[in-house]
Amino acid sequence: MTRARTAALSAFGFAAFLGIWELVPWLGLVPPSILPPPSALPQAFWRELSSGVWFSSLLTSLRNYIAGLAIGCLLGVGLGIVTGLWPAMEATLAWVVRALRPIPGLAWVPFAILWFGIDPAAAIFIISTGVFWISYFAALGAVRSVDRELLELADAFGYRRADRKLVKVILPAAAPGILTGVRTALGQAWMAVVAAEIFGVPGLGQRMMQASNLLASDIVVVYMATMATAYGLIDAGFVALQSWLLRWKR
Amino acid sequence: MEAIIKLEQIGLAFERDGRSTEVLHGLDLSIPAGHFVAVLGPSGVGKSTLLRVIAGLLPPSSGRVTLNCKGGPLPVAMVFQDARLLPWRSVADNAGFGLEHGQVSRAVRREKIASALELVGLGGFGERYPHELSGGQRQRVALARALAVDPDILLMDEPFAALDAMTRESLQDELARIHIETRKTVVFVTHSIDEAVYLADDIVVLDGKPAGLVANVTVPLPRPRSRGLGDFPDVVSRIRAELFSTPVF
Repeated sequence: MTRARTAALSAFGFAAFLGIWELVPWLGLVPPSILPPPSALPQAFWRELSSGVWFSSLLTSLRNYIAGLAIGCLLGVGLGIVTGLWPAMEATLAWVVRALRPIPGLAWVPFAILWFGIDPAAAIFIISTGVFWISYFAALGAVRSVDRELLELADAFGYRRADRKLVKVILPAAAPGILTGVRTALGQAWMAVVAAEIFGVPGLGQRMMQASNLLASDIVVVYMATMATAYGLIDAGFVALQSWLLRWKR
Repeated sequence: MEAIIKLEQIGLAFERDGRSTEVLHGLDLSIPAGHFVAVLGPSGVGKSTLLRVIAGLLPPSSGRVTLNCKGGPLPVAMVFQDARLLPWRSVADNAGFGLEHGQVSRAVRREKIASALELVGLGGFGERYPHELSGGQRQRVALARALAVDPDILLMDEPFAALDAMTRESLQDELARIHIETRKTVVFVTHSIDEAVYLADDIVVLDGKPAGLVANVTVPLPRPRSRGLGDFPDVVSRIRAELFSTPVF
């Protein structure tokens, strides 16, 4: 399939999706208050934009998102690498990981509120917990599967200390696996943003919750679209960064 | 001449499943500086292990390894059977892998990389990546990586075994030329008698369980050598006969 044809088909698919969506309330199958048609969205978006709420919510959420993502990824990747390097560390943490790993992000909400109050810190905590596990397991797996022979190569060329091996061989060899994990975390973190803000921390999630309580479904959809777009842009940006970092791959 | 590599009563045992398996036993070997020594022996006998003991990658369980090197930062460099290039590094950066120890300046490093790549016939290939190279070219980069650190001793672990016959012969020629040019001490593990006779000054044979040296022959051929011409075929068959006459081979 040519590139132009692929693009045309994607555009057609999306247009058809919007068309059916528009048609359903227009035909009276469901009332517009339950499913607002896409044509109603620009007006709702404009209201949110002109009152300044849209921009400040987006900014606040982005801040929580980036902070949570950064903290979760740094800790997760860091601990994953350390655990991948030292089997003793992995054995030490085995049951701690088993105990904490299955707890869903939302289950941390009570503690987040207890520890941080209704505060961005609580949202950041919840976002980073989800991100932590994804990046931890990605880094652990990636480091563990670094070719033993490359480690021997590092030894043979005089890089015998663990920190030199880490920089010369382990990190670059593990980079593809770690970056894949971080990319998964990028998406997971957006979902956590809504979950974390729904209990009252300012941001997109909170605004969505308010709108839904007022049955302003068009505004809810505006924020859903906002999140989808933001995620799309961030993911595309990350993929570009990833392919630049891994440009040595075929 | 003083021996640059001296192995005395080397023994090596691996612990596996609580049982200790002895791989090398009572091995003595001394190699004069500038010599090209081929280590022959059946697969799995411990040739690579011996090389790793010399390289200091495996500490022997008993005995002593003495290397009388000039004392550069990396007196010993290794070429593995698989080229073992780092896929994320360009050819030039792979060749310079051993030069990143802090005491080598960027300009000097670039110069050493360029001359090492030149030496192995990969002059214009610095910007390429390993996946763009053929098997033979990759092995040349591995050789350049070892030569770039200007080692006193070059350890080669069946470096051409995975290549096709034509590529193998051309790399053997290159190595013979490089050995004449650089006069490095080379320890070359192989299971090919032809290859050993073509390249080496001395051939030692490793055999037994645990393995020790069972033969040590000198190749009576002048350099540069050529395959198929002059005494070469005679010497190969004579050495083959000599090696087969030892009961273990």
